[in-house]
Amino acid sequence: MTIQESATMPVKVRRATKSSWTGLAVMTPILILLALGPYILGRGMQQNLVILFSLIVLGTMWNLLAGYGGMVSIGQQAYIGIGAYGLVYIADTLGIDPFLAVPLAVIIAGVLSLPISFLAFRLSGGYFAIGTWVIAEVVKLIVEQMDVLGAGSGVSFMAVTELSPGRRIAYVYWLSLIAVVIAVAVTYLLMRSRLGLGFTAIRDDSVAAGSLGVRVTRSKRIVYVIAGMGCALAGSMIAANTLRVQPESIFSVEYSAFMIFIVVIGGIGTIEGPIVGAIVFFALQQWLSDFGLWYLVILGLLAIIITLVLPRGIWGLISGNGKIRLFPVGYRLVNPLERFSLIKEKAPVGDGGAPNA
Amino acid sequence: MEWLNAVLQGILLGGLYALLAAGLSLMFGVMRIVNLAHGVLAVVAAYLGYFLVDKLSVPAFLCIVIVIPVMAGIGYVLQLGLLNPAIARGGLAPILVTFGLAVVVTNLLQQFFSADTRSIQTGAIATDSIQINDEIAIGVFPLVTFIVGVVVIAGLQTYLSRSRTGRAMRAASDDKDAAQLMGIDNRRIYAIATAIALGVVGLAGVFLGMRTQFSPTYGDATLIFAFEAVIIGGLGSLWGTLIGGVVLGIAQAVGAQINPAYGILAGNLVFLAILAFRPTGLLQKAVNS
Amino acid sequence: MTLLKVDSIDVHYGDFQALYGVSVSVAAGETLAIIGANGAGKSTLMKALAGLMTPTAGSIAFEGRDVTAMPSFKRVGLGIALTPEGRRIFPSLSVEENLLVGGHTRRKGPWNLASVYEAFPLVADRKDRIGIHLSGGEQQAVAIGRALMSNPSLLLLDEVSLGLAPVVVEQIYAALPAITGAGTTVLVVEQDVNQALKVSDRVQCMLEGRTVLEGAAGTLTRDQIATAYFGI
Repeated sequence: MTIQESATMPVKVRRATKSSWTGLAVMTPILILLALGPYILGRGMQQNLVILFSLIVLGTMWNLLAGYGGMVSIGQQAYIGIGAYGLVYIADTLGIDPFLAVPLAVIIAGVLSLPISFLAFRLSGGYFAIGTWVIAEVVKLIVEQMDVLGAGSGVSFMAVTELSPGRRIAYVYWLSLIAVVIAVAVTYLLMRSRLGLGFTAIRDDSVAAGSLGVRVTRSKRIVYVIAGMGCALAGSMIAANTLRVQPESIFSVEYSAFMIFIVVIGGIGTIEGPIVGAIVFFALQQWLSDFGLWYLVILGLLAIIITLVLPRGIWGLISGNGKIRLFPVGYRLVNPLERFSLIKEKAPVGDGGAPNA
Repeated sequence: MEWLNAVLQGILLGGLYALLAAGLSLMFGVMRIVNLAHGVLAVVAAYLGYFLVDKLSVPAFLCIVIVIPVMAGIGYVLQLGLLNPAIARGGLAPILVTFGLAVVVTNLLQQFFSADTRSIQTGAIATDSIQINDEIAIGVFPLVTFIVGVVVIAGLQTYLSRSRTGRAMRAASDDKDAAQLMGIDNRRIYAIATAIALGVVGLAGVFLGMRTQFSPTYGDATLIFAFEAVIIGGLGSLWGTLIGGVVLGIAQAVGAQINPAYGILAGNLVFLAILAFRPTGLLQKAVNS
Repeated sequence: MTLLKVDSIDVHYGDFQALYGVSVSVAAGETLAIIGANGAGKSTLMKALAGLMTPTAGSIAFEGRDVTAMPSFKRVGLGIALTPEGRRIFPSLSVEENLLVGGHTRRKGPWNLASVYEAFPLVADRKDRIGIHLSGGEQQAVAIGRALMSNPSLLLLDEVSLGLAPVVVEQIYAALPAITGAGTTVLVVEQDVNQALKVSDRVQCMLEGRTVLEGAAGTLTRDQIATAYFGI
């Protein structure tokens, strides 16, 4: 079915696809099963899954930035650290309930990310990437000078240690699972919103989008703030899981490498991609854990190869370049006579005008 | 007087930063790509120098003659094999590919050389200095680095403005499709640009390894300093990059004079201040000056 | 002698077909004008000749050599030069540097800085000016001078008069005899039929991606051309 044909017939605009209903049917039992985790799984397994959940949140947030907003940040560790330190400071030093401290830490990250965005947005492309990194380094260097945050040696998270270990781990597990649901749901709703349509336009051509009345900078800023908050959420999960926050590790640029690999390998610009990517990343990390840093070498090579030859990542391969969608964010024209036929979407066109460039 | 000394040392340090940043500036100027592996490639050059001097007993300053062409060769191949395809892909591909490359190379260095710090032994020149008065002494090695930095930047600038290939690079930078209509093979011109950039990185990396202790992850700081020098000076201007390097060097040296822990932070803050109040850099102009 | 032989080429932009079996033959030393309305496929034909687009069918031979799939930068070395639509002057380079870049291939021939300045006094006056500061007419003159610097045996001029004042167009076409006099074969694309008839030996008229009329400039009647041009 081609567009021309459909234009002459009564056309219906649909958002959900058959596969997205299937997706809902598949995901609901998986979520229910995961929610029962603390009753089924051992503590070690739960703690591992918290790591996976935090990777999914981080990947989802980085994808929001790069896949939708077109911004490659290698400085999101700033917000991971703010979330982690924020949780520990609010809960331990201020004595606020830890489960209230998490949203507070996230809000603090959001508030800080707004002025930071004005600095970072003065740069674009690769320079934006390094600029965000410098900002993360500055945040780290400042934290290292603050005695109330344990300066260079870091802090331990004490507030939750009153709980029995089993209970504490279960709470952190549920919290992390909720965080995943929130991160994915926020991305999904954002992309289905009017704003989301604008993001797609920005990703495809930010100049054209601007001329059509999409408020490019404002949209990007919203994405940047949300991604900062999401990364802070992941940071607080990491702190609650490990009970220790140190500046050198929580502000490590390695987190950015993880996020980039997760999104690129999974499939950039889709909601499913980062989830798939996080699972692949986590599996490789566990599987190759006896071989030192080789997993990062392999992941790096994989990311390079995928960027060059398979730009839609593993999810693109699974879904047949967008035919299957668990999260229907686009619009599709459907000929009512062929209700379940799917329009084959075209791969984004490269710069076709330059054959030898 | 100790402040004057800090400023002087900062200026000399800036020469090294300018040398480190020149390749980044050149690649961006010609291809509009930011090579995120730039820092770690400087560290690769430092390891190469270390290997030649420490293991093969090549005289310290002779190793430069070997490292520069090796790095230039790596640059040429890297451009043809990896960066040209990334540029053809467009969008985020060049950033993602160079970032992936940085992670791969950093971790390979860790695997082969461990995380231990090393340095290239240079003998007496490392400690030689010219005594100006009781409190101010200028190290011979930092002075040599600074002079080399200025000479390299002047040389690159002359090459871009006067030579046939340099002109072709600027043409390709302006309009790559139109450049092809002039008989310019962009892919080859890009490869030459990256070869030159990495040759300079090779020189800078060896000087870095002679001046300081380095480890595989030292590329992170190197990339950040080079980047700050480029932005402080203004995009697309090699002389600006020199000024940016000097400003960054002074900021770090003066910061460290206040408190040793503030050196790098002071440099970062000066960078952020420039970004906030003069985002086009101190010396913004086109590549052709 | 046939310098350029285009044998029934098709050219596509994605799914859209812009040329349908177009053939062109240019003898050495002659000036051929391709005329036609907007969207007739004239510029697409030029892009295919310069190597910016590759035909999906048919072939292009230059001096008897098949160049159908040859990338554009190599064609310049063989002696095909294009002044592209929109002139595409390098904005940050001076006029003189633009000309020098035009001579990048170092092909031997009559054209160099001095002879270009002689043919285009306008360009000589502006030689130190930066590309971005040129007016439309100055840009067009520089673009032609820049193409000549590669000493082409075939010069492709795309839409020379587009967007220029008539007096400026006159000035630029005034240099054409000097170009053809130096032995360069010229293929000019024009929307302005009168201008095309004035400067060319032969005219080929295109309509919707096909050749609809061709003949010696002197033998075609106004009616024939009008019919072919508008397809009525």
